[in-house]
Amino acid sequence: MELVYSGLVKAFRMLITGDPEVYRITLLTLRVSGTATLISLLFGIPFGTVLAFTKFPGRRLLLSVVNTGMGLPPVVVGLWISIFLWRSGPLGFLGLLYTPAAIIIAQAVIASPIVAGLTAAALQQIDPKLRLQIKALGATGGQCLWLMLKEARFSLLAAVIAGFGAVVSEVGASMMVGGNVKGLTRVLTTATVMEVSKGNYDVAIALSVILVLLSYLTTLWLTLLQQKK
Amino acid sequence: MIGTKRKTKKLLLAAASAILLLLSGCAQDKEPSAGGAQAETPANPDLILATTTSTQDSGLLDVLIPEFEKATGYKVKTIAVGSGQALAMGEKGEADVLLTHAPASEKKLVENKDVVNYQLVMHNDFILVGPPSDPAKVKEMETAAEAFKAIYDSKSIFVSRGDDSGTDKKEKALWEEAGVEPEGQWYQESGSGMGQTLNIASQKGGYTLTDRATFLAQKENLKLEIVFEGDKSLLNIYHVMQVNPEKNDKINSEGAKAFVEFMIDSKTQDMIAEFGKDEYGEPLFFKDAGLSEDQVGG
Repeated sequence: MELVYSGLVKAFRMLITGDPEVYRITLLTLRVSGTATLISLLFGIPFGTVLAFTKFPGRRLLLSVVNTGMGLPPVVVGLWISIFLWRSGPLGFLGLLYTPAAIIIAQAVIASPIVAGLTAAALQQIDPKLRLQIKALGATGGQCLWLMLKEARFSLLAAVIAGFGAVVSEVGASMMVGGNVKGLTRVLTTATVMEVSKGNYDVAIALSVILVLLSYLTTLWLTLLQQKK
Repeated sequence: MIGTKRKTKKLLLAAASAILLLLSGCAQDKEPSAGGAQAETPANPDLILATTTSTQDSGLLDVLIPEFEKATGYKVKTIAVGSGQALAMGEKGEADVLLTHAPASEKKLVENKDVVNYQLVMHNDFILVGPPSDPAKVKEMETAAEAFKAIYDSKSIFVSRGDDSGTDKKEKALWEEAGVEPEGQWYQESGSGMGQTLNIASQKGGYTLTDRATFLAQKENLKLEIVFEGDKSLLNIYHVMQVNPEKNDKINSEGAKAFVEFMIDSKTQDMIAEFGKDEYGEPLFFKDAGLSEDQVGG
């Protein structure tokens, strides 16, 4: 328990004194996972909307694939993205492996099915009569879609929160495609793993506290947005 | 209706500001690092170093890499993995330079011309650690082979890395030397790094083979002590080598060459010899550049 105490003290001190290394790691974590979440929204929301509102052969099959993707293990994503980004791989010419961009790609792949799946679920939950009503009032297709998305905004923000939560907390993909390079791709989760293997438990505990705080504050901000009257 | 519109606008505004915030964060990245006397940036500054976890976990690279970057202007991406994986990265041409401690496996890469400019850098030693009660009576043994045989005979818990790292390769070789094949409930593979494996051994009251540097760095958190050390077969030898630039055109051979030269430079060698003395009262590594492998630890 002494360890936990000294870890908490360390976390507090790091935050107060603004330890530059910790500050950089925290900022990078926020930036990488934030960008990945935004990209996943660009893919996930339109895709989820199409899955919810259109009828085409294979739709249910596709939906089941997306729902499976919601539980996509980060290490699996990490491995496959690595293979593509290797120098000898098909995208090797981009030189992206072991850069923050590689982590963003991997995390966007992890978050996209989550956002798509939750978007589809949110939109399907809306009473179908509402859609008929909106249409009857003479709304165009675009207006109708916009109103439906607005109707589902609580659930959509929940999708954003879930997507961000999944990527900010994953370590497998970040480790594999980022390489935990100091000052470049070291994020809070990979730094925590490294500090544990170095035996620096107090630093590891401090980093874990910072990660949870970061995650909480971001979610708090999103929740306030969601609950705004 | 107008009210909801405003709300949505606010939401959009918030999202937009979030994007801006993130982008502005990206821009900060480009800031030149402080420190006036830096070397000119080479044409291809990115250098990928694949190395073993012990060089990172002991903190040695945190001392050496900044020196190298300052002196040459290269930007090193250190990928700390097991030696097995580091060598595989070299074989595939996914790294530019390697720093590993698995001489038997390294020699194969040298023979196949996967790597060039193969240089001895430093050594320390492997030690056998275990619970203070020493149920297998390893402390009474004379050679490493006998020590391993004693653990085998008593079926005391032994935690193996099981990850094809340099330490794991050494451990497998020692079992072979002892003439036994470890198998059964008592022989457990952690599949993780040295630090984690030491933790597991400590929690389970088992034995494990570790490099001295990682053990010294973690000793205070462990209920383990050294039960066998000093045998010549326990030497832990580190080599640095360039990945053969003919493998693919993305290999940064100039940077790799500069790194190899840096590692065997006398100033760097002195830093290696000094490293850890302040904190642990004894050095974690011994400098070896210029020696032949037979002379090491002699």
